Order: sequence, then structure tokens, then C-alpha cells
Amino acid sequence: MDSTSALLEIDDISLSFGGIQALKNVSFEVHSGELFSIIGPNGAGKTSMLNCISGRYHPQLGGIHFRGDEITHLKPNQRCHLGIGRTFQNLALFNHMSVLDNIMVGRHHLLKNNFLTGGLYWLTGARREELEHRRHVEEIIDFLEITHIRKAQAGTLSYGLRKRVELARAVALKPDLILLDEPMAGMNHEEKEDMARYIIDLNEEWGMTVVMIEHDMGVVMDLSHRVMVLDFGKLIAYGLPDEILANELVKKAYLGEEDDALDEEATSGEVA
Amino acid sequence: MSLGSSMRPCGDFRTSYASDTTIFATPVTRYLVIALIIGLLFVPLIGNPYLLNLMIQIGYYGIAALGLNLVVGFTGQISLGHSAFFGFGAFASAWLNNSLGVPVFFAIPLAGCLTMLVGLLVGIPAGRIKGLYLAIATLASQFIFEDFFARADWFTGGSSGAMAEYLTVFGFSFDTDQTYFYIVLFYVVLMFTFTSNLIRSRDGRALVAVRDHYLSAEIMGINLTWYRIMSFGLSALYAGIGGALFGHYLGFVSTEGFTIILSIQFLAMIIIGGLGSIYGTLLGTIFMVLLPELMEWGVHLTSGVFPDIVQSLAYIKEMAIGLAIILFLIFEPEGLAHSWKRIKAYWKLYPFSY
Repeated sequence: MDSTSALLEIDDISLSFGGIQALKNVSFEVHSGELFSIIGPNGAGKTSMLNCISGRYHPQLGGIHFRGDEITHLKPNQRCHLGIGRTFQNLALFNHMSVLDNIMVGRHHLLKNNFLTGGLYWLTGARREELEHRRHVEEIIDFLEITHIRKAQAGTLSYGLRKRVELARAVALKPDLILLDEPMAGMNHEEKEDMARYIIDLNEEWGMTVVMIEHDMGVVMDLSHRVMVLDFGKLIAYGLPDEILANELVKKAYLGEEDDALDEEATSGEVA
Repeated sequence: MSLGSSMRPCGDFRTSYASDTTIFATPVTRYLVIALIIGLLFVPLIGNPYLLNLMIQIGYYGIAALGLNLVVGFTGQISLGHSAFFGFGAFASAWLNNSLGVPVFFAIPLAGCLTMLVGLLVGIPAGRIKGLYLAIATLASQFIFEDFFARADWFTGGSSGAMAEYLTVFGFSFDTDQTYFYIVLFYVVLMFTFTSNLIRSRDGRALVAVRDHYLSAEIMGINLTWYRIMSFGLSALYAGIGGALFGHYLGFVSTEGFTIILSIQFLAMIIIGGLGSIYGTLLGTIFMVLLPELMEWGVHLTSGVFPDIVQSLAYIKEMAIGLAIILFLIFEPEGLAHSWKRIKAYWKLYPFSY
């Protein structure tokens, strides 16, 4: 894979909800094989950006291209066939299913059996197919070290484990581009270290391009190849981590240098 | 129960994914269920007609209730028009046999398929609306069908109803309770096995995913509209087969039997049995079929003390259903399936509580 080719191109998109402009003329590119971070204050439009890429929202203006194909108006369920997977900021597991079944749902678009062949299980090859995919799922379970909870009901798990199961489910989609919405929110130091390792492994060993939203600056600056900063729906900086750290605008809007910058942040929290 | 632990007996290790993906939790459970089914084969030889009648009722209601559980329990939608599908299946099978000359043997599954098509049609609103709105839409379909049954003379025989022939295979007629029992048993085993397989394969998981978190289900590549509509189609398939079995058992299908009351009874079966539980559906159906019988028994027992009570029997039966639903919603909202799990845990863990 050519490391400089653009896997995802965001071309001047704008998204608004009534009078609220969540995204204003944002453009950027994510290269194949990259670990790309989006940062910004709360309500800056980071999750809206991810929702546009995953298809939850459709921007009113501009276009989104994945591997050169226009995907701006595709439904979310059509995008996973192309190789886009994601996790959610607020846990979105199937709470009454086992961890194993949750991850098996991730294989949905790769499985071929339907209600008829699934119902006839032994006669139609559905059994063989299910077991084959179970093998792939077990590899993911092994990688994310959740073997001990594979039969547990997802809703009964602790927060950190649920986050990990959600990552497992997104990995099961076999995506080329994985979108992670605050994968480390609410975790303790040790869990964060584990999660950082998983993300690096996904990127380097599994060959996935990662787009991540994260608030922990240490993690973002250490992990990311490139960083984009949003503030009030506008792209204010875009580049290498070191450049971002040195950027005056970013310091003012997010990283914090002056006290009035903090006041501004406190009043901007409507757009999630 | 701690994380990841199971009720599996110690020493029961799984060495292949196939042995870890079975319908029954343990081999012992599987053998017990198979033994139970074999045991049921002998019931017609020794059982009395009353018992057989009850078991046949449990059979066809159970199949229909399982369909409703697919749409309500597994997919998390609401349907108040299930008895319309049940009735449609009964009329469709009779019509296929009477008007088109399809043998009853084939008419029963065909009626199921016809009802499924109707269910897919009725399910179309479900692709767009949810909750209370969907409840009203399905309620409307219930009344539309009731009216249709009463007016469509060509299909249902109108107010005079439709005759349904007995099932005949190679000249052998299943016209007694003893013989018809085997037909119903066959369909019960078939439909419950089919559902168990469905739930552990791709589309079954997709249905549950739609129920638990539809937004992330969509991100996982599940087409919400299609699965919502499909769950209605599937539920109608089950109701249609249940209805057809009902029709050919009674020999006559009346237009008045498929009212909202029956729909509520189907809902009661799955609420009492356990939403989203396959064997719970059967437990709930057994409960709902036996409840009026129990009431009757109780009334006759007390009629020596209260002679007037016999006249109120019909009301007592109705009230008992309502009371049972309320009590279950308060004390055991997860149904008999959950009670059964607790009983099992009690025996397994005795003398400790966890």
C-alpha cells in the first residue's frame, strides 16, 4: 500500500443543525496506514465529523471520498462493506448479548447465511460458515485479551472492558479505516496504556488506518502521525504533533495558555 | 454469578468451536429434551382425550407465540395484531385446500408462506415507526383483517366461516386427537429448532442487535429497515402455520375467533414466558392454556361453598388472565424462563446463594 495516498478525503464539508453550525468548510485528508487524531474542545464538532464519515449524519455541503469513491450520501450500513468501522464515545454495545455474540455481529456483512439458511443451520453450510468466522473472532478476542469474558453478558461488564469489547466489535468488521471516538475516556492509567498498545498494534500489525478522537494530549501526541484541531466547527490547525503543540491558535483554543480561553471553552458546549 | 462464569458442570471442557456453539447448554440437557420428545410420542397411546386436546392447543398456540416473541422479544418491536396473522393462516390453508385443491399436507406450510407475505406487507410501517406509533399501526391492521375476514366471502366464507378438511396422507386421515397430535408435535419441534438455529446465526443476531442498539447495529452493516420488516414477516410465518394447524384441527374456521383478545393473549404468553426466550415461549403458552382450566377446576371445587360462582366462570377466566399478566409484570418481569434459571441456580449452588 502506498503510504502517501489519500485513503479518506474530506472535501470542504459543512454540517448544520438548524441555526447551529457544527462543521464549517472542513477539509482534510487521511493517508493510508496513518494514525490520525482529531482534537478540540468539547462541542468543537469532532464527533459530528466522525458521524459524517461513518454515515450517521450527511453534510449539507461538500463531499467525502473513500479510496477515491464518493460516499457522502451512502447509508451507514453500506459503508462497512467498503471498509469503514467505528466505535462510539458513549458505549453502544448490545447489552443483552454475550461478548462473543457482540463481536460476531461485527462479522455480519462478511457472513452470507440468511434467516432461511441460518434456521436450517446443519443442512445449508451455515454451521460451517459460522464456525469459520468464530475462528476469526477468537483471534480478535485473543488480541484484545478478553478471553475470560467471552461468554459474559456485555451489559454486566465494567466500563474499561466494555470499551475493549466495542473495539473488538469494530475490528471484527475487518475495516481498512477504523474510527475511534474517545477510546480512552474514563479509563485509569493502566487501562489507557493497554488501549494505546492495542491501537498501535492495530495500526502497525493489522494494517488499519486509524482516525481517533482523544482528549489525553500525552496519548495523542505520542501515538499520532498527524493531528487535526477543530474549534467551533472550524479547522484551526492540521499537521504533525510537534507543529500542533507549538501552534498559537491551538494553545488559545484548547491546550490552554490564558485564562480567558478557558472561559470561552466553558460557554461553547452545545454542539456535540 | 461472576464475570464469564457459567452454569456448566465442572469437567465439561469444550475443545472445538462446534461443541461450544450448541443449542443446549450441556449434553445432558440435550439428551433430556430428546428423551422428553420421545416420551411425548407415547402420550397418544396412553393419554386421555382431554390431555391430548390441551397439548395440541399448547402446540399451535406455542408456534404462533414463538413468532410474536421473534418480533417483540427478539427484535424489540410491538405488535398488537398477531391474531390477525393467526386467523389469516387458518383461512389461507382452508382456502388453498377448498378452492385450489392443494392437499392439506402442503397447504399448511404454503399458508405459512402466504401469511409471511402478508406480514411483510403489514411490517412496512415498522421500517419507519417505533414504539406507541407502531402499536397503533399494528392495532389498525388487526381491525382491517377482522373486517376482511368478515367480508371476503371468496376467501373466508364470510360470516358462515370456512370448512377445513382433515389432514390426509396416502389415504390415512389424521382426524382424531391421537393422530393429529403427531402432526402438531412435528411442527412444534421443527419451528422451535428452526428458531434456535436462527438465533445463533447471522440474522438472529442481527434482530437482537436491532433491539439492543439500533444505531450501532446500523454501523455494523445491518440494514435496519429490512430487519424490522423481516421480523414481521417471520412472525407472520409462525402465526400462519400455527393458525393452519388450528384450522385443520377444529375442521372449521369461524371469522369471529381472531379478535384483539387473542392478540393480547399471545402477548400474555410471551410476557409470562419471557421476552426473548425460546423455551420461555413454550412455558408461557403452557401457563396460558392451563390457567383457564385451573380456574375451572378451582371454581368447581369451591362450588359446594359458593354455588353461584359457576355462573361467573367465564368472567373469572378472563380476570385470571389479566391478573396473571399484572402479577408477572410486577414480580417476574423476565418471565417463567427467568424463574427456571433461578431454580436451576438454586439447586446447583445449594447450600450457598451464589
